[in-house]
Amino acid sequence: MGADTDNSTGHSVGHSLHNGPADADAPKAPVNDTSANDASANEADYVIDVSGLTKSFDGKVVVNNLSMRVKRGEIYGFLGPNGSGKTTFIRMLCGLLKPDSGSGTCLGFDVLTQADEIKPHVGYMAQRFSLYEDLTVRENLDFMARMYGLADRLRVVDECLTRMGMTRFANQLAGSLSGGWKQRLALSACTLHGPKLLLLDEPTAGVDPGARRDFWDEVHKLASQGVTALISTHYMDEAERCHRLAYIAYGDLLAQDTLEGIVDHAGLCTWSVSGANLPELADALRPLPGVEQVVAFGNTLHVSGQDAEALERAIAPFQAGTGHDWKLIRTSLEEVFIHLMRGQQAKQNGQAAQKAQAGGQAGGQP
Amino acid sequence: MSANNVFCFRRFAAMVYKEFIQMRRDRVTFAMMIGIPLMQLILFGYAINSDPRHLPTAVLSADNSPYARSIVAGMQTSSYFEVTEHLASRAEADSALKEGRTQFVLTIPEDFSRKLLRGEKPVLLLEADATDPAATSGALAAMREVVSQVLARDLPASAGYVPTPSPVTLRVHAEYNPEAVTQYNIVPGLMGVILTLTLTMITSLAITRERERGTMENLLSTPVRPLEVMLGKIIPYILVGYIQMTLIVLAAKFLFGVPLRGSVLAVFVLSLVFIAANLSVGVTLSTIAKNQLQAVQMSVFFFLPSLLLSGFMFPFRGMPGWAQTIGSVLPLTHYLRLVRGILLKGNGALESLTHVWPIALFLVVVISVGMRRYRKTLD
Repeated sequence: MGADTDNSTGHSVGHSLHNGPADADAPKAPVNDTSANDASANEADYVIDVSGLTKSFDGKVVVNNLSMRVKRGEIYGFLGPNGSGKTTFIRMLCGLLKPDSGSGTCLGFDVLTQADEIKPHVGYMAQRFSLYEDLTVRENLDFMARMYGLADRLRVVDECLTRMGMTRFANQLAGSLSGGWKQRLALSACTLHGPKLLLLDEPTAGVDPGARRDFWDEVHKLASQGVTALISTHYMDEAERCHRLAYIAYGDLLAQDTLEGIVDHAGLCTWSVSGANLPELADALRPLPGVEQVVAFGNTLHVSGQDAEALERAIAPFQAGTGHDWKLIRTSLEEVFIHLMRGQQAKQNGQAAQKAQAGGQAGGQP
Repeated sequence: MSANNVFCFRRFAAMVYKEFIQMRRDRVTFAMMIGIPLMQLILFGYAINSDPRHLPTAVLSADNSPYARSIVAGMQTSSYFEVTEHLASRAEADSALKEGRTQFVLTIPEDFSRKLLRGEKPVLLLEADATDPAATSGALAAMREVVSQVLARDLPASAGYVPTPSPVTLRVHAEYNPEAVTQYNIVPGLMGVILTLTLTMITSLAITRERERGTMENLLSTPVRPLEVMLGKIIPYILVGYIQMTLIVLAAKFLFGVPLRGSVLAVFVLSLVFIAANLSVGVTLSTIAKNQLQAVQMSVFFFLPSLLLSGFMFPFRGMPGWAQTIGSVLPLTHYLRLVRGILLKGNGALESLTHVWPIALFLVVVISVGMRRYRKTLD
C-alpha cells in the first residue's frame, strides 16, 4: 500500500467524487466506503469486485484508486476518453498488469496474487488484433484451444467456426482477414474456452455497423448464458446496449450506474433548436452564462447546461421572433460524458495550479 | 486444476507446433537460416582463409653478394613474397612495417655471405607484420623452404655445405599463430560461429516479435507458463541448429576436404548443449529488447565478442589476460575446443567433457536469468 501515500492528493480526490466531501476527512477506509452502498448484496454475486486499484507508470498515475463491482451476467460498459486508464484497468483485472495498490477479487480470486487462477476463466480481447497473423483462422483457434487445455478441441474449433460463420475462412491466414472478420475471430478465440468473464477492450474499434451489431448480439447471447462482460468502448450507441456503465477520465472513476442513472444524476438540461443560421446562433450562445455545451446535430443544435434556470435565461432572447424552433429534450449520454470530462479537466487544472502555487510559496518562504 | 501446473506438456507442445508453422510461413527467415551458413562457409572457407600470396616485402640488404640476391629471388619465386622495395636504413624498415606498406621486411646483415662461406651460420631476419597472423603464416612457413633450397643450389660444395643443419639462422620476428590457422581449423570452428550468430539472432526475435506484433498480450492472458513459452520457442530452433550443423559437416568433408578424425556423432550429441546455450541467450535477449531491431542489435553485441575472443579469429593464447577471461565465459570458446578436439585431433566424447561443462553452466545461468526476466505481465 506504499503507493497510497505517494498519491495522497489523488486519493482524496477520488474519494470526494464517489462519496461526497464528508468522506474526504476519513481517507483510509476505501473498502468500507464502497461496500456500504451494497451491503446487502452477496459477495459471490460479484464477478468483479475491486476497490482502490491504483497503477502508475513512471510516476504518472494512470488508474487512480478505482473501485468497481460487476454482477454476474451483466454487460458492463466502460467508457472514457483516450488515455483515461481503461486499458490499464482491464489489463489489471486479467493479470496482465500488477496493480500498485488496491485489493479485490475477480471471479473470487485475488487480483493481486491469484492471476494464474483467474486466467483460465477469463476471455480477454485486446484493443489491437493480437492473434497470429501468420497462422490461419483454424490454426489460431486451435492454438488457443490448446492453450486453455480444451479436451475435445477439434470439435470445439469446428463448432466455433460454424457458429461464427467463419468456416469458409478456416484456412485463410488471419492477417488477410478484413477488420470485421478479424474482430470476429478475436471474439471467437477469447470465448472458445467458455470463460465466465469477458474483458473486451474496445472490441469494435474500426468495425462497420453491421459487424458491430452482430458482435453485440453475440455478447448479449453470451450474457444470457451467464457470462459477464466488461467492454470498453467509445461508441455511445454501444454504451446504450450495456446493462450498466462506468465512466473513467484521467484515471478517476467519475460515474458508475445504469444509463438512466448516469444521465439523471448528471442533472443536465438540454434544448434542441432547429431553424436558420444555426452556426451564428451557436456562436452567440456559447459565451453565455449557463450554457455549457452547444453541439451541432445535423439540422439541429443541442444546447445544454447544468443550471436549468440559467440556461433558460440565456436562451430566452433567442426563443421569440427569431424563427427558431426550441424543444426541451432528454440529455444524451454523449453530453453527459463531455460534461463529466470537462469537470474533471477543470478540477485537475485547478489542482495543478494550486500545487504550483503551494510549491511557489513553500519555495519562497525559507 | 491441471491448467495450473507449473509445466503443462500440452500447452508446451502447442507452442512448439505454432512456432513450426510460423517458421514455415516466414520464408525470409527460413532462407536466412540456410543462407547464412552457406555464405559464411564461402566467405570464411574460401575468401578469408585462402593462403595469401604475393605479400609485399621490403628488403634491407647490407650485403650485395650473389647469395643474398638469390635468396631474394627465391622468395619472389615462391610466390608468397613480392619484393616491393629495397630499403636503405633500419628506420625505413621500421616505418615500412609500421605504416603497413609491407607485410615483411627481410634484413640481410653486412657480413652475410662471408659468414655463410665460413659456415658461421649468419642470421637472416624476417620481420612480419603480425597484425593478421593468418595472413603471414603460410609465407613464414615457405621462407624456410626458400632459404634451404636456394642455398643448396647455390652454395659451392667446397664450402662444406650439408643440407641439414641449415647454414643460415632464420630468425622470424612474428608471433606464430599457435593453432596454425588453416582451413582444417577454420571450418569446424565455423560451425560454432554460425550456430552462435543465427541461433542467437533468430530466437532473440522470437519473443520480441510476439511483443511487437501485440500477440504477447494475448499469449499472456492465457494460462501459459514462462517455461512453456521459452522451451516452446527453443525446441524448433534446436532442429534448425542441427540442419545447419549437417550442412557444415558436409561442406567440411566434401567441399574443403577436412579430415574428420573423430566421431561426427559425438559432435552432434555434445553440440546440443551448445545449441541450447545460444538459444537461451537469444530468448533472454528478447525478454530485454523492446523491439526486433534492438533484439538484432543485442544479438550482434553478443556475437562480436564470441567471434573475436573465442579463439576463432585470433589465437586464444595470444590474447591479453582480460580478453581471455571474457573469452572463457563465452560458450563458443569451449565449443571451438570441443569441435576441433573431436574432428581434428580425434578426441573421444569423454575427453571432450571438460569443454562441455562450462557451456552447460553458461546455459543454466542464462536460462535462469531469462526466466526471471520473462515478464508474465506487460509492465
